Amino acid sequence: MSAISEVVQRARAAFNSGRTRPLQFRVQQLEGLRRLIREREKDLVGALAADLHKNEWTAYYEEIVYVLEEIDYMIRKLPEWAADEPVEKTPHTQQDEAYIHSEPLGVVLIIGTWNYPFNLTIQPMVGAIAAGNAVVLKPSELSENTASLLAAILPQYLDQDLYPVINGGVAETTEVLKERFDHILYTGSTGVGRVVMMAAAKHLTPVTLELGGKNPCYVDKDCDLDIACRRIAWGKFMNSGQTCVAPDYILCDPSIQSQIVEKLKKSLKEFYGEDAKKSRDYGRIINSQHFQRVMGLLEGQKVAYGGTGDAATRYIAPTILTDVDPQSPVMQEEVFGPVLPIVCVRSLEEAIQLITQREKPLALYVFSPNDKVIKKMIAETSSGGVTANDVVVHITVHSLPYGGVGDSGMGSYHGRKSFETFSHRRSCLVRPLLNEETLRARYPPSPAKMPRH
Amino acid sequence: MEREVQRVRAAFGSGRSRPLTFRRRQLEALRAMVQEREKDILAAIGADLSKSEFNAYSQEVISVLGEIDLVLEKLPEWAAAKPAQRNLLTMLDEAYIQPEPLGVVLIIGAWNYPFVLTIQPLIGAIAAGNAVIIKPSEVSENTAKLLAKLLPQYLDQDLYAVVNGGVEETTELLKQRFDHILYTGNTTVGKIVMQAAAKHLTPVTLELGGKSPCFVDRDCDLDVACRRIAWGKFMNCGQTCIAPDYVLCEPSLQDQIVQKVQEAVKEFYGENVKESPDYERIVNLRHFKRIQSLLEGQKIAFGGEMDEATRYIAPTVLTDVDPDTKVMQEEIFGPILPIVPVKNADEAIQFINEREKPLAFYVFSHNSKLIKRMIDGTSSGGVTGNDVIMHFMLSSLPFGGVGSSGMGAYHGKHSFDTFSHQRPCLLKTLKREGANQLRYPPNSQSKVNWAKFFLLKRFNKGKLGLLLLTLLGILAAVLIKGGYY
Repeated sequence: MSAISEVVQRARAAFNSGRTRPLQFRVQQLEGLRRLIREREKDLVGALAADLHKNEWTAYYEEIVYVLEEIDYMIRKLPEWAADEPVEKTPHTQQDEAYIHSEPLGVVLIIGTWNYPFNLTIQPMVGAIAAGNAVVLKPSELSENTASLLAAILPQYLDQDLYPVINGGVAETTEVLKERFDHILYTGSTGVGRVVMMAAAKHLTPVTLELGGKNPCYVDKDCDLDIACRRIAWGKFMNSGQTCVAPDYILCDPSIQSQIVEKLKKSLKEFYGEDAKKSRDYGRIINSQHFQRVMGLLEGQKVAYGGTGDAATRYIAPTILTDVDPQSPVMQEEVFGPVLPIVCVRSLEEAIQLITQREKPLALYVFSPNDKVIKKMIAETSSGGVTANDVVVHITVHSLPYGGVGDSGMGSYHGRKSFETFSHRRSCLVRPLLNEETLRARYPPSPAKMPRH
Repeated sequence: MEREVQRVRAAFGSGRSRPLTFRRRQLEALRAMVQEREKDILAAIGADLSKSEFNAYSQEVISVLGEIDLVLEKLPEWAAAKPAQRNLLTMLDEAYIQPEPLGVVLIIGAWNYPFVLTIQPLIGAIAAGNAVIIKPSEVSENTAKLLAKLLPQYLDQDLYAVVNGGVEETTELLKQRFDHILYTGNTTVGKIVMQAAAKHLTPVTLELGGKSPCFVDRDCDLDVACRRIAWGKFMNCGQTCIAPDYVLCEPSLQDQIVQKVQEAVKEFYGENVKESPDYERIVNLRHFKRIQSLLEGQKIAFGGEMDEATRYIAPTVLTDVDPDTKVMQEEIFGPILPIVPVKNADEAIQFINEREKPLAFYVFSHNSKLIKRMIDGTSSGGVTGNDVIMHFMLSSLPFGGVGSSGMGAYHGKHSFDTFSHQRPCLLKTLKREGANQLRYPPNSQSKVNWAKFFLLKRFNKGKLGLLLLTLLGILAAVLIKGGYY
């Protein structure tokens, strides 16, 4: 048996021991995780800095704090969520107990990704632990410092058999995917999402796929462009554009294009100074391959701001493109970089049409003071989620499940949805052995004639 | 095939399935179809499974009518945006979850309850605003043909299409792109469906099978238990995905159980079961032979009679069954009830857990603590305690499997949710920018400290807290900018 098989088997045996079933145990593990974050914050920030040029502020505010919130929320709510949930009964079932009983699935595989390597591996894990599962983690090898760190410190705070970390590249991931799991949560690209689902199909393993797409951002003529552009710039350029819910491209009327460019520039200077390369807060591209890819998207484009890059440090300046042709390469794939194309459309209808001709994105953004515009945009499009008049933040609200639709993914998590995703919600109807008379009608022999009804 | 799916997709793209009034009309038309063409429907089911009109009605048609009525009543409520609980930073924003149609749904039906297992999912898919392609099972060919004839007479012909055919046609169909696939059938084909779906990243609901165990405790009313078990086991000649597949009990109960099941069978079907209009037949020769082979080497307590010409298999009970024999290796899906003796409830739990998670679990006992213990100690799609089948009938309970018995669930609101995208929406205003100040670069240690203060402290004063937060945020930003911190 391979080393990977052994690890998974050990996790399964540990699950079968039953020790994750008591809520107390799960809470203890979550508290261990919380302690890990508090005590090893410096190490976490160091790893994130090495992987993505994050600093203690961006690491904390963009990744770590949400995990802490999720842990706190999960611990508080666990007794409520884990309890049997009574359901509405009919006249025929008044005497019965009818409820949904939540139970762990078994061994869950979480495949992390590299752009928010801590959050996107650990936040799902919080839900999986709370639901009583064993969890196998496979962090992304691209964010190698975080991956190594997780492998080193998780066993120091959590049950070592139940929550192993498996590191490695494509070969190891392929190995892991041959094993049988009871749920797989994968965050990453649409292409690999298909591979994961194919592998899962062999074992009939349900999957949650958090994928990507081109998140459109429609800016209405009538809105406060100062504020809109500041918010867009914040969400777009955080982590150097490497955010699955970043506004990918802007749609606006040609008459406001140059204003938008000016205001975006203003905000960018406020955030990162004249030369973003010198800012502590501006990220770097994860590796050379992505650096080349993003720089390549600039070919043939009208660069209104930025457009420079430094391969040695994998720095790409915050870049704005104008009058972008919807057929050009930058509009054919998820940018996932600090390049913001502006595509001109003459009306809300044209924007909606452009959006619906494409794959359903993970997020959709619309800026307008006019509620009708917002509601129309939402009603006539589809996407994983929506924020109006801001970007990104819908994923920070616990009660809003985080996930995609169509090519941007399936299933969702965060908060209670995490707990449900990693549980089996088992329907239970418990009847008394009495009242046999009331059931007589259902037994054969059937009446001689079909009753009139 | 591709053209057919394109046509249906174009119909969805027209937007006409979005208004609730449209969906209601379609569901009302479906109800009219079931009511007006009842005789044809019952005849088709009868021809496929040798089922009496009464049984076809009570086992299939009634559930469909009930589901339509429920959905018509609840649709406005289910389709409405659901407000979501907000946090401190979003207290003054609109946050809600908006259900929306997925697009084009594929429903692949099964042959054992060919009407309800195709139409009940269809109801949910229509209610959620989708276009639907229905692929009935070719094994129940009369029902398949009838559905292809009737549905276009009552429903929008472009939005809801029936595609018939065998393995070849189904394979072709599965190459097309759908926005959700619901498949009812066996585990093997379930894997094929999921693999095909993976190519298009299509989410799936798989209603599969397994061996649903039935534990009978010594502390129970055996008369009642055995009658209920016999009813659920032998209906549709055992061809029910949630039939009690086998019984687990202490050896001392075995003989009594045999006797009481036999009595119940006599009550239900008379002395000569073959002549009862209420007893069905095996759907085809292949399954007949399959079930026949399961009896090899078994101790038949009663039953065992077969007639290949009519595909009749008598209600049969096997005793002292060896867990390693063939009858315990696959889902029986026939009127054979093996009894496997176990020492006690704990051994029963162990036995069940050594096997794949079944679609249903049954336990009969007066002792509610025991029932809870057995539920806690095992897993299955669903459970009925002290009866069989019935958890299927309560639509507020999601119906589906787990592990090899399936994924996802439907019935009632769960159908609506399965066939919808639940889209989270957060609507902010362009005001109150003050509250956002702390999130913008450039950053500093003081910002980190302020952030920790705000994000992790709990304010209980709601709106007052938010105002305070906003003011403090602005104050903090000003102070930091001014170099005071």
